[in-house]
Amino acid sequence: MRFRFVLTEILSGFRRNASMIGAVILVTFVSLGAVGAALLLQMQVDRVKGEWYDKVEVSIFLCPVDPVDEGNCAGGAVTDDQRQALLDRLQSGELAQYVDWTEIQSAQELFDDFQERYGGTFMAEQISVDTFGPVVHVKLTDPDKFQVVTDAVGTMPGVLHAQDQSELFVKLFDLVAKVRLAALGVAAVLALAAVLLITTTIRLSALSRQRETGIMRLVGASNLFIQLPFMLEGAVAALLGSVLAVGALWGISQFWLDDWVLENFGLVMGAVNPWDAIAVAPWLIGGAVVLAGLSSVLTLRRFTKV
Amino acid sequence: MIRFENTTKIYARGARPALDSVSLEIPRGQFCFLVGASGSGKSTMLSIVLREEHATAGRVFVLGEDLSQMPARRIPRFRRNIGSIFQDFRLLERKTVFENVAFAMQVIGRPRHAILRTVPDVLDLVGLAGKEKRTPHELSGGEQQRVAIARAVVNRPQILLADEPTGNLDPRTSEGIMAVLERVNQTGATVVMATHDVGLVDQAQNRVVELVEGRVVRDEASGYYGGEA
Repeated sequence: MRFRFVLTEILSGFRRNASMIGAVILVTFVSLGAVGAALLLQMQVDRVKGEWYDKVEVSIFLCPVDPVDEGNCAGGAVTDDQRQALLDRLQSGELAQYVDWTEIQSAQELFDDFQERYGGTFMAEQISVDTFGPVVHVKLTDPDKFQVVTDAVGTMPGVLHAQDQSELFVKLFDLVAKVRLAALGVAAVLALAAVLLITTTIRLSALSRQRETGIMRLVGASNLFIQLPFMLEGAVAALLGSVLAVGALWGISQFWLDDWVLENFGLVMGAVNPWDAIAVAPWLIGGAVVLAGLSSVLTLRRFTKV
Repeated sequence: MIRFENTTKIYARGARPALDSVSLEIPRGQFCFLVGASGSGKSTMLSIVLREEHATAGRVFVLGEDLSQMPARRIPRFRRNIGSIFQDFRLLERKTVFENVAFAMQVIGRPRHAILRTVPDVLDLVGLAGKEKRTPHELSGGEQQRVAIARAVVNRPQILLADEPTGNLDPRTSEGIMAVLERVNQTGATVVMATHDVGLVDQAQNRVVELVEGRVVRDEASGYYGGEA
């Protein structure tokens, strides 16, 4: 009986405040959607970091016979002594602890690779094996320490350039972190808007039902019972918003993200999958409950007079 | 049943007291009129009995409870023993007669079968049998007040507080309402009625308590509106 009564009260509240309820649903939807996107982005970054860091290596390009850009190679092609000095440096002293293994790719191998990939193009016809120098690939034990390695060997004689692939990742992750921060900022502002909206909705709803609540108080209905429909009205609207947010994230990760990344970057990057959207759902729904609860506490404190 | 002991009520600091050390006892089952000009303190007395207002000084006992000692969480349950009606009926316009009366049972969690059994009986008591499906705007003023009475007594309160219940009604209709209140009184409920209705008071020959500026100036077991002729 009571349950049904509360339910009909909530429904009639929804009818009466349809536009406000709609606003609450949309604002919580966007707010929690932004929170969810930030969470998914974080998951994505963590996952990709793990995968990509496994593949991170420092590539040390040695001076070719005929460099395109002379730079550090004014002394001509790298000599065997210089190469040995480099390898010794990598495998001894303080650097040894960061280096997992090294591998040398000769200029000829690189040239063959290049011809295989770009053979027949204008560029491939212009280029000779002398343009390439050998490359030393260094696999790091701790990918975060690339800087130590590149600094130590980057200026050694015979080294054209030491490049670390993770430089690219760091830039990417930096960008992602900024995007995530922006998403969280948007989420915070909208969460505040949601709280204000829910508060106003509860207040409006209470105002439009003053006569009912007056009678309820007169005949001895408990405070909780009087306030429950208002609290639940806000909570149900917020929950609907969170469900929409989960649905949207699920849809984006299912139908859009995978295809989009594949098309534009030509790679499957272990992208966020629909199950991840489901995994963040409890957080978003919890967020909705917190928003609604906070609003209820803010509003109802004022009219708990018996 | 209801006892005021030197009760004073001051609404705003420095204002004239709405009630000025009133002492009064209304025993179980009595029908008591409160008369006096507007602002004499009648409504304040009723509000204090209902525990909507606090006495500023003195004590008030209702149904054996000292209201000044009653914690807020016990107030709802306490109020289930008290019915209230007002000059302006306070019905819910969107609900039917039946729903208006049932509302008072629903909100304190009475089961459906009890509601279906009790509401028709109460509507019969107030003379509204057959009008269950009407909405308030389809009823006359007198009928609306009957709905309000039905709602006030449907939970079988021991006390019925009536604050100028006939203030908006013509004399003949008022007599009908008075008859209903007397019927409620005969079922055992104590009735306290604040009124300006000279005719009703004179005709009923019930106890009359007259207030002037918050003080009891007259208390007669079987009195008239303006005192004994």
